[in-house]
Amino acid sequence: MAVKDYLRQRFFPQIWCAGCGHGIVMGGMIRAIEQLGLDKNEVVLVSGIGCSSRVAGYLDFHTMHTLHGRALAFASGVKLGRPHLKVIAPMGDGDALAIGGNHLIHAARRNIDVTAIIMNNSIYGMTGGQTSPLTPFTKRGTTAVFGTIDHCFDIAQLAKGAGASFVARTTTYHAKEMIKMIHDAINHKGFSLVEVMSQCPTYYGRKNDLGAAVDMMKGFRDGTVRKGSKKLEEHPEFVERGVLVNEARPEYVSSYMDLIEKLRGERENLEQGAASR
Amino acid sequence: MKTNIKFIQGNEVFAKAALYAGVQFYAGYPITPSTEIAEILSEVLPKRGGKFIQMEDEIASICAIIGASLTGLKAMTATSGPGFSLMQEAIGYAVMTEVPLVVVNVQRGGPSTGMPTSVAQGDVMQARWGTQGDHSIITLTASNLREAFNMTVEAFNLAETFRTPVILLFDEVLAHMREKIIIPGPGEIEVVKRLRTSVPKGTNYHPYLTREDGRLPMSDFGGVHRYNVTGLVHDMWGFPSTDPKVAYDLLHHLVDKLENHAELLARYKKYYTEDAEILLVSYGSSTRSALHMIEARRKRGLKIGLLELQTLWPFPRQTVRRECDGRSHVLVVEMNMGQICQEVKKAVSEPDKVFLANRIDGIFISPVDILRALNMIQGKGV
Repeated sequence: MAVKDYLRQRFFPQIWCAGCGHGIVMGGMIRAIEQLGLDKNEVVLVSGIGCSSRVAGYLDFHTMHTLHGRALAFASGVKLGRPHLKVIAPMGDGDALAIGGNHLIHAARRNIDVTAIIMNNSIYGMTGGQTSPLTPFTKRGTTAVFGTIDHCFDIAQLAKGAGASFVARTTTYHAKEMIKMIHDAINHKGFSLVEVMSQCPTYYGRKNDLGAAVDMMKGFRDGTVRKGSKKLEEHPEFVERGVLVNEARPEYVSSYMDLIEKLRGERENLEQGAASR
Repeated sequence: MKTNIKFIQGNEVFAKAALYAGVQFYAGYPITPSTEIAEILSEVLPKRGGKFIQMEDEIASICAIIGASLTGLKAMTATSGPGFSLMQEAIGYAVMTEVPLVVVNVQRGGPSTGMPTSVAQGDVMQARWGTQGDHSIITLTASNLREAFNMTVEAFNLAETFRTPVILLFDEVLAHMREKIIIPGPGEIEVVKRLRTSVPKGTNYHPYLTREDGRLPMSDFGGVHRYNVTGLVHDMWGFPSTDPKVAYDLLHHLVDKLENHAELLARYKKYYTEDAEILLVSYGSSTRSALHMIEARRKRGLKIGLLELQTLWPFPRQTVRRECDGRSHVLVVEMNMGQICQEVKKAVSEPDKVFLANRIDGIFISPVDILRALNMIQGKGV
């Protein structure tokens, strides 16, 4: 299928600002899903609130645009409800790490087979440029005009510590790497998280004198290094990219289905269940 | 057929009734005094192929059941005061997106942490107006465990029929008391199945297009129709809209689909009302004391009756007016500071004749408490 076959074209043009990185992430998601050869009816997108959440509406899958921060809680209900579905949660950094931080760590802890795609632009874009838990120390937003004195999360380390069994980080500059990571994350059995550093030239870039979208993407190119590279040893201040965690661990829904099987002496036929509806 | 007689606790009755109604998915978080519902369903649901998940809080619990309901499963959660407060945003989401589900709120003393193990009926207005914005919602209650069973099944039925969240507003006394109950056999009480669309694959399905009979057939997530669900004002495809007409029509649809059926949704019981000069109005466990007091006074020749409300929202205004008008006094018996009393005053022709008999101190209201209030309004002293 062509990329456009995954779009709900009647709802375009989309609402993102010129130069926004979220469209690149959406493109990466489509290409990863296409490479996996998934049937559109097998895929459920569950988003929260914010610029990132609009991804759900634009794509031709079963889509839910839910409440700020709660995407993974809704997604857990969908996944446990119908285990054969591929459930993907596109989220923003404020959405996933501030208001939704509790749901993120618990989804990771359960190792439930949901894929979180976190578009990290270090700012609240939809509300006009306030600092988020991913705004680096001293950087500016409309609620920290003198530079924030908050310290930011490391999403990958947080997810790893909480028990996520697949964690990867990349940027919108590294689009091909991103497709592969999202592909592998969706394929992974267990909670998977891909952090994509995404540019917000309108607010984060402007408030912090980072230039236009292209300049910000060049910043991703120059400020990040591949996991395990020599450059990282020489420059530990650079941000590490790559698949940082990839482990096989018991997955929540599979464990629940095992419990049902043990109690009932039979395994629910998932495909049959799907067809009968 | 063998009669299934039980002597069991209220929370167990609510769980058994939910299973009778076909609940397939439960998500919840422990809280007194409703926790037993989760404990029971965690054991029974997997044995029946259903799903139970203990979430990280009440917000996550209600979000999970909304997700599960959209995949086509009958879903519920149960909580008490503080947890019910946490659920309010997502209850609004379920109202807006028209997702059927059932929320049990076993009321306890409030506000805040209040008195976790004591009885109260202080969440009546929160059930109605807890989530922001104009909307309508169904709220049911009961005063004994047999009726609580029926109302729980009814809650699932109405949720499916009207595509709406339904609140079961029980209280600590009802949840923790034990009473004899005959569990109905299969088919004794009607169980409403989800109405699914007959639109075939490849033909446009509109998730928010109302049928001529007012109902909106659903299509499960994972099925052949892909559509969008959003808490934003949306059109019949489920896509966000800022068109004033779309917004106006949607708000009217959400409110009218229930408020226009207020009398159809009215569940109530009448005791000794035929010749009653004085009418008590009550609901939930406080009905028990009201009825006890009435039966004692009747023996002394007092013409007194009782209207028990089982549907609290939408408020059965016409029923209340019809039953209350013409009485010498109307006494509303409840364990809060007059939340239903104010609604009764709004409904009747002579609001000055409506009085309140209440308790708000965590002690179950007694027949003597009600009698004292009655004596006072009749000028007989305390």
